[in-house]
Amino acid sequence: MSAADAFIRLDRVSVAFGPVTVVHDIELSVRRGEFIALVGASGSGKTTTLKAINRLVDISAGDVAVDGTSVASIEPYRLRRRIGYVFQGIGLFPHLSVAENIAITPRLLKWSEAQIAARVTELLELVDLPQTFATRRPAQLSGGQRQRVGVARALASRPAIMLMDEPFGALDPLTRDQLGTQYRRLHEQMQLTTVMVTHDVLEALLLADRIVVMRDGRIVANEAPHELLIGHHDAGVRALVDMPRRQAERVQALLQVRAVNGAGPQ
Amino acid sequence: MNERLLAAWHLLPAYLGEHVLLSASALTLGIAISLPLALLAIRSARIRWPLLAVASLVQTIPSIALLALFYPLLLALSALSQQMFGVGFSALGFLPSLLALTLYSILPILRNSITGVMNLDPAVIEAARGVGMTDAQRLWRVELPLAAPMIMAGVRTSAVWVIGTATLSTPVGQTSLGNYIFSGLQVENWVAVLFGCAVAALLALVVDQLLGLIEAGTVKRSTWRVSLGLGLLILGCAVAVGPRLAKDAPSYVVGAKSFSEQYILSSLLADRIREQGQPAIRKTGLGSAIAFRALAGNEIDVYVDYSGTLWANVMQRTDRPSRQIVLRTTAQWLHERYGVELLGSLGFENAYALAMRRRHAEELGIRTIRDLAAHAANLKIGGDFEFFARPEWSALRDHYGLHFAARRQFQSTFMYKAASSGEVDVISAFSSDGRIAAEDLVVLDDPDQVLLPYDAVILLSPRRADDAVLRAALEPLLGKVSIELMREANMMVDRESDKLTPAAAARWLVQQIDAKSQ
Repeated sequence: MSAADAFIRLDRVSVAFGPVTVVHDIELSVRRGEFIALVGASGSGKTTTLKAINRLVDISAGDVAVDGTSVASIEPYRLRRRIGYVFQGIGLFPHLSVAENIAITPRLLKWSEAQIAARVTELLELVDLPQTFATRRPAQLSGGQRQRVGVARALASRPAIMLMDEPFGALDPLTRDQLGTQYRRLHEQMQLTTVMVTHDVLEALLLADRIVVMRDGRIVANEAPHELLIGHHDAGVRALVDMPRRQAERVQALLQVRAVNGAGPQ
Repeated sequence: MNERLLAAWHLLPAYLGEHVLLSASALTLGIAISLPLALLAIRSARIRWPLLAVASLVQTIPSIALLALFYPLLLALSALSQQMFGVGFSALGFLPSLLALTLYSILPILRNSITGVMNLDPAVIEAARGVGMTDAQRLWRVELPLAAPMIMAGVRTSAVWVIGTATLSTPVGQTSLGNYIFSGLQVENWVAVLFGCAVAALLALVVDQLLGLIEAGTVKRSTWRVSLGLGLLILGCAVAVGPRLAKDAPSYVVGAKSFSEQYILSSLLADRIREQGQPAIRKTGLGSAIAFRALAGNEIDVYVDYSGTLWANVMQRTDRPSRQIVLRTTAQWLHERYGVELLGSLGFENAYALAMRRRHAEELGIRTIRDLAAHAANLKIGGDFEFFARPEWSALRDHYGLHFAARRQFQSTFMYKAASSGEVDVISAFSSDGRIAAEDLVVLDDPDQVLLPYDAVILLSPRRADDAVLRAALEPLLGKVSIELMREANMMVDRESDKLTPAAAARWLVQQIDAKSQ
C-alpha cells in the first residue's frame, strides 16, 4: 500500500514518557474502510500507539496524519469530536442518562435538539438496545449494555474513524463474542475505519482485516489474518498465532471424535 | 417564664441578628475565596500543596487567638490607611471577626473540592477527553457536577465551624450569641450560658440541615431540593438580619469589660442616658486593653475604667505616686494624648489585692503581704488571666520577695471558688468584689503601698468629650458609688442563689444612690 492511500498514517512516530521511550519510530498506514487490530503483550506500546491518533498522548517525534492532515495542526478537542473512542473502562458519565451520554458529542458540536433526539433513537436501535433505556442511568445497566451505550456514544457524531482500546475486554465471553460480531457488522454498514487494541489474538483474527503485532514499542508483524496463520519469520509472532490455531485444532479434533463415535449433536 | 430566661429571650433578636450576619458573611466570603482557589489547585500540583498547607496551618491556630491577632493587624492597617488616604476604619468588632472566620471557613471547602475532583473515576475523565471536551467543558459538565456532593459536604463542615466559632468574636467587640456565654460566665448566670449555647447549637443544626438538603439535591440532581434549601437559607438570613438594618438611629454606645461590675456599671450608665431621652446601646465583654482602644477610636462613647489600669497599661508608668496625683495626672495625660475626657471618679476603688481564706490566714498569723512572704514557699497562688503578666504582680513579688510553691490561672469566677475550696491558698482578688465576703476571704494589707490606687472613673470618647447629654446624665453619679454599695451590687449578681441580672443590680444601685441624695 502506498502512503498516498492512507486514511490514517503514522510516520516514524515515537512516544516518550519522561526518560522512557515506549513507542519507537513506528510506520503504520490504515486504508479507508479497513479494520486493523493492534495486538501484543502488555507494555508493548499498542494502547499508546492508538492514543497518538486522537492525541490522548502527545508524540515526541514523527507525525500522525488523518485524511492527509497532520493532527498536530488540529486542536485536540476538535480532532476527538471527529473520531469515535471506545475503551475498556467505558467511562459513561454517571450523572447523565443513557440518552444524554450518547448525545454528548453532538451537543458539544451544537447540533439542534431535534437532530440529537433523532440520532439517539437511531443509535439505540443500531446497538440493539430498547428505546426505554434512554432515560436510565448508567448504574442501572449491565456491563454489556453499558458498552453498547459506549459504542453508541462514540458513533454519535458520525465519525469516519473508530479507535477502540480493549473495548470488550471486561465482558463475559458470550457477550464479548456477540458484541464483537455486531460491531464488525456496524463497521461495514457505516463504512468505518477502525483501529482496535486487543490482547485476544483470536478476537483479532476473527474481526480484523489486518493484524499489527507489537513488541517493546516496535511493529514486528503487519499482515492479513490468513497470511499470519500460514507462518511468520518471527518466532514470537508464530507463538502468538500458534496458540489460537492449536486451540482451534483441538476443538476440531474433539468434534471429529464425537462424529466417529456417532454421538454427534442431535 | 423565669426572669433570667426572659431577659435572655429579650436579647435574642439583637444577638442572633448579629451572629447570623457575621456567620453568613464569613461563609459566603469563604466560599467565594475557596472555590476559585480550589479550581486553580486542581489543575496545578505546584499550587495545590502549598495552598493546602497554608489552609491547614490556619486551622491549627486556636480560633480565639486568630480573632485576637486580627485586631493589632487591622489597627496598623487602619493607621496606615489614615496616613495615606486620610480614611481609617474600625479595627474592632465586625471586621476582625469576619476576616478570622473567613480564613477559618476556607480549609474544609478547599480540601473537599480538591479531593472531590481529583478522586473522580479516571475512566470518566478519560471519556470526557475522548468525546472531545475542552478543559473548561470537562470541569463544568463533568468534574464539578460529580464533585458537587463532596464540595457541599465541605460547605456544611465550614458552616458548623463558623457558627460555633463566631461566639468567640464577643471579646473583640462583635456582638454575637457569645455575649450570652461570656457575660453568663462572668456573673455565673448559667441560664444565659446554656441559652447562648443552645441557640448557637440550634442555629448550626438548622443551617446544617438546610445545606444537607442542598447536598441531597446535588446528589439526586433534584432542582427543587436545591432551590428549597437555598430559599430557606436566604429567608432565614433576611428574617434574622432584617431588624438590625431597619433600626439605624445613632445611639450612645456604652462599653464594658468582661466582669460583673462592668456589666452592672454599663447598664447603669446606659439607663442614665436613656433617662435623658436618648437611645443607648451596650457593647459588653470587651478585652481589657481593647476597651480603651475602642474608646480612643470613638467606637464606644463611654465606659468605666480604673485609674491604676490606665496608669500602668495605657500610660506605661512604673512609678507609684499617691491616689490624687495618679488621678490628676491621668486625666491630663488622656486629654492631651487622646482627647479622651476623664469625667470623674465614681467614688470607689477596685484595686488588685491579695486575699486568703480567713481561717487559713488566722491559723498562719498572716495579716499583711509582708507576713505572707515568710509562708509563701508552702502556698499556692491563683490569679486571673492577666494578673501574672501585670506590673502590679512583679512589683509585689520583687518588693516583698514573694516566692510561691505553685501558681495557677483561672477565669475569675472560678478563681474565688478555687480559693474557698483550698485548691489555691492566695488569689489576686479585686477589692470591690462581693465574692470576698461571700467566700469568707480576707484581703491582706499592703503596708508599703506597693499596689496602685484603682479609682473607678468614667471616660468619654474624644467625639463625646463635650457632649451635654452625657454630662447631664453621668455627672450626678460622680462620687456617689461607695465601695460598700458596689460590693453589695456585685454580690447580688455573683451569689449562688437569688441572683439578680446585672440590669436589675444596676436598678437597685440607682435606687440606693437616689435615696442617699435626697
